[in-house]
Amino acid sequence: MLKLVTKNIGIENSHTLAVAKANGGYSRVEKALALAPEAIVEDVIKSNLRGLGGAGFPAGRKWSFLPKDSPKPRYLVVNGDEGEPGTVKDKYIMIYDPHLLIEGIIITCFAIRSHKAFIYIRGEYDLPIARVEGAIAEAKAAGILGDRVLGHDFALDIVVHRGAGAYICGEETSLLESLEGKRGWPRLKPPFPAVEGYQRCPTVVNNIETLSYVPFVIEMGGQAFADLGSERNGGLRIYSVSGRVNKPGVYELPMGTPLRQIIYEHAGGISGGRQLKAVIPGGSSAPILTAAEIDVPMDFDSLAKIGSMLGSAGIVVFDESVSIPAALLVLARFYAHESCGQCTPCREGTAWMTKIIQRILDGDGRMGDADNLIRIAKNVLGNTICPLGDAAALPVISWVTKFRPEFEEWIKRGRPVGQAPIPVTHIGERTAVAV
Amino acid sequence: MPKVTIDDRTIDVPAGTTVIQAAEKLGIYIPRYCYHPGLSIAGSCRMCLVEIEKAPKLQIACYTFVTEGMVVRTTTEKVIVARQAILEFLLANHPLDCPVCDQAGECKLQEFYMQFGQYDSTLLENKLKKHKAMPIGPHIMLDSERCILCSRCVRFVDEVSKTHELGIFNRGDHSELLPVKGVTVDNPYSGCLADVCPVGALTDRDFRFKVRVWYLDKTESVCHGCSRGCNIEIHANRRRSHHNDGKLVARLKPRFNGEVNGHWMCDAGRYSYKRFESEDRLLQPLVRLTGKGQEKADWTLALSQVDEQVTHQVGRTGVAAAAVIATPDLSNEELYAVRCLFKQGMKIEKIAHRCPADPNGVEDNLLRKSDTFANAYGAGLIIGAPHTADPTVETILEAAGAGKLKTLFIVGDGLLSRYSAEALREKLKNVETLIAIQTHGSVLTELAAVALPMATFAETDGTICNFEGRVQHFDQAIPPVGQSRPLLEMLVDLANRWELKAAPRLPESCFTELAGSVEYFSGLTYSKLGDAGVNPSRRSAATATA
Repeated sequence: MLKLVTKNIGIENSHTLAVAKANGGYSRVEKALALAPEAIVEDVIKSNLRGLGGAGFPAGRKWSFLPKDSPKPRYLVVNGDEGEPGTVKDKYIMIYDPHLLIEGIIITCFAIRSHKAFIYIRGEYDLPIARVEGAIAEAKAAGILGDRVLGHDFALDIVVHRGAGAYICGEETSLLESLEGKRGWPRLKPPFPAVEGYQRCPTVVNNIETLSYVPFVIEMGGQAFADLGSERNGGLRIYSVSGRVNKPGVYELPMGTPLRQIIYEHAGGISGGRQLKAVIPGGSSAPILTAAEIDVPMDFDSLAKIGSMLGSAGIVVFDESVSIPAALLVLARFYAHESCGQCTPCREGTAWMTKIIQRILDGDGRMGDADNLIRIAKNVLGNTICPLGDAAALPVISWVTKFRPEFEEWIKRGRPVGQAPIPVTHIGERTAVAV
Repeated sequence: MPKVTIDDRTIDVPAGTTVIQAAEKLGIYIPRYCYHPGLSIAGSCRMCLVEIEKAPKLQIACYTFVTEGMVVRTTTEKVIVARQAILEFLLANHPLDCPVCDQAGECKLQEFYMQFGQYDSTLLENKLKKHKAMPIGPHIMLDSERCILCSRCVRFVDEVSKTHELGIFNRGDHSELLPVKGVTVDNPYSGCLADVCPVGALTDRDFRFKVRVWYLDKTESVCHGCSRGCNIEIHANRRRSHHNDGKLVARLKPRFNGEVNGHWMCDAGRYSYKRFESEDRLLQPLVRLTGKGQEKADWTLALSQVDEQVTHQVGRTGVAAAAVIATPDLSNEELYAVRCLFKQGMKIEKIAHRCPADPNGVEDNLLRKSDTFANAYGAGLIIGAPHTADPTVETILEAAGAGKLKTLFIVGDGLLSRYSAEALREKLKNVETLIAIQTHGSVLTELAAVALPMATFAETDGTICNFEGRVQHFDQAIPPVGQSRPLLEMLVDLANRWELKAAPRLPESCFTELAGSVEYFSGLTYSKLGDAGVNPSRRSAATATA
């Protein structure tokens, strides 16, 4: 099985410069720096490399939006604020192959003519931060970063910025606010970061995983990279599989690998011999899929077609013993806790939905509650400044719609059919296996 | 100029106009909380969501810029549902304590619920508890539970007063507006926070619980606190005499004038209304009869005493020993009447208006001017050009102190902010016939042979010129307090006694005469001044360049 960004995982000391170099690290920089920056952008567009943080926006096109004639400096901001529940991919890249990330950053900065990159890393990620900072120090000492990158007439500095533990700062504009030292509130768009980003200068914001694939696009060429994946979804990506499977973990597989194959072949099927009940296909914000819907290619367009999303490709598997309302409470609570509070629908809606779900689970539900949950979620959906509102609303709409009988069962009986009364918080913590 | 169609009506607007502004031009009101024309755009309340053709989602009207051919709809089912939803969200944690909330009656939650809400509540959950009735500064009270987190106040202290005392702390529905730790909201413009707050979260401590806002009558006026001439509204409680501690004027509010004060006014001006009905108002004429002390008198006696004593004194010591101080807190009309009676009628040469600078005057980059006289510009035009050798107040007081003046009229309160009581007592001790026409009792009325109570600017009509020369009209808000009378009326009465030609009794006619007499005001009338005033110095500059 072909592996790209995860190929060095498992090699001893893969995070050190020597080991990275022995395994192909920085071998693509020379090739890239010999190209014209525009040619690299063209090749990345051709590669169909998508934004793997979750939005799936074509990476090369994002780069091409930078204004051509701005006198301001340009920045690359690397989004390592991995916080989507069910997603643990960037962490592994940072821990095991930080030099691959740096290589991707060098090539990208060269392509977009930037001389400064920031890596914004989730505050809780102690080891990843240590590894990335270590790798940057090593690269600087080796002349890979600095005034002359590998002896070329190209200067690049990379700064690591540690987040302070807010999910919202994974949203690119609030990440930029946070990076500027302000409260992490998403900005109104337009202007988009490509025009006015960090310090109001043209900025590209890309996810760790996205940038880690850039060296391979250079190595094999855009077309060959695109051919690895499915239509308009180039290359491979890392699927983080968690929940009730026999082999939870991160799996690097081609774009468009069927979900059933990921669950039953790669992740070893459902644990405890139980039946599959539902799957979150792309991080907690993605609308849930029932057991009948898993014959779907895991790429951005196919999942969008069936009303869900690939997102961060954090796959969370629920077996038949999981209580959907209790698991939804965990998610609702997460979004209510992480809502930045800036705009009304998200601030009030996420908390209100959480209170209703909590009340249902407390045995005080009303028959109108399911409808009301969907109504409130729809009032949040699309009416907020940033996608967090949608991310909170979509699960509520899909979970309550697809598993309505379970909610109504809770409302009628106070607890789900055939299940012993367990304190709700414990059910929650056990079901929505997150990170 | 892009052409935009809003609710089937089309308008051309300049590029860069937002939908909310374009709609306003068409008279279509889009509800909003966070949007304030004097502040940056936050786009966070989501109340102004509208439907725009070809846009997949509803868009916020405050941050959607008009493009050529844009078609906007503000009354579709989708928009109505979204507005109801936003109101429902805003009220989800709102305490609904309208009966004890001072904002009731001018609260945008109340107004928009009645206009755009009217849904049936489905809320069964408990509301969050936050800080209530928290004095955050000398003028402002915070009730966090009522706050809808629109961030107008935060933007005000960041962008307008630039004092940065407020912030939104915490996250999600626990977000709370609070002052920065250890900081008091004590900036010179803090009263504006109660104005920008669309709900009852920030209320004016001075006004709280004085009177319900629906009992207030609003009069357009101009602040007399300094030479800026901020446009204001005087809110008077005429209908509930047992409210507002029995007083009429309940508060002053800024009135928008983009050329003068924008949306704001300073705290010194805002709370200056207390002067109107303060304890030390001169409520009755005072006269000093020969051989007796000072006594209260009625107007007939007071005016006959002015007549007798002035006639006697001027007859004895001559008009050269007579002078008038008319301080520049008087209106243009009043100054004109002073000129008519004293200069043209009585032929008094020494008429002074120029006072020394106010030692307490403050100037900043926003509104406040160090010249604390409201009408120094007008006084210069009417009484004497500011840079000619006409006598100054200082030279007149010097002459008085040296015993060279026997008759002195002091019209207006301006001296009291420039001189100490002791200094005035010393300088005026040799004046034999001092006629003080004053709004408030002071050392001047105490020393006066006759003291006449004069109406304040809240109690008369008139115009003043601000520091740039803008002529602005203010209306009478309340009747003159006590037995005080408008200056114009008493000057007319005096002129009649002396059989001299007087200025008209009514301010408007007086202004018309003034416009015919002083070039600067030519062609102006009250109706031409309108709500925003006119700046003739700019008009002449414009014609000169044309």
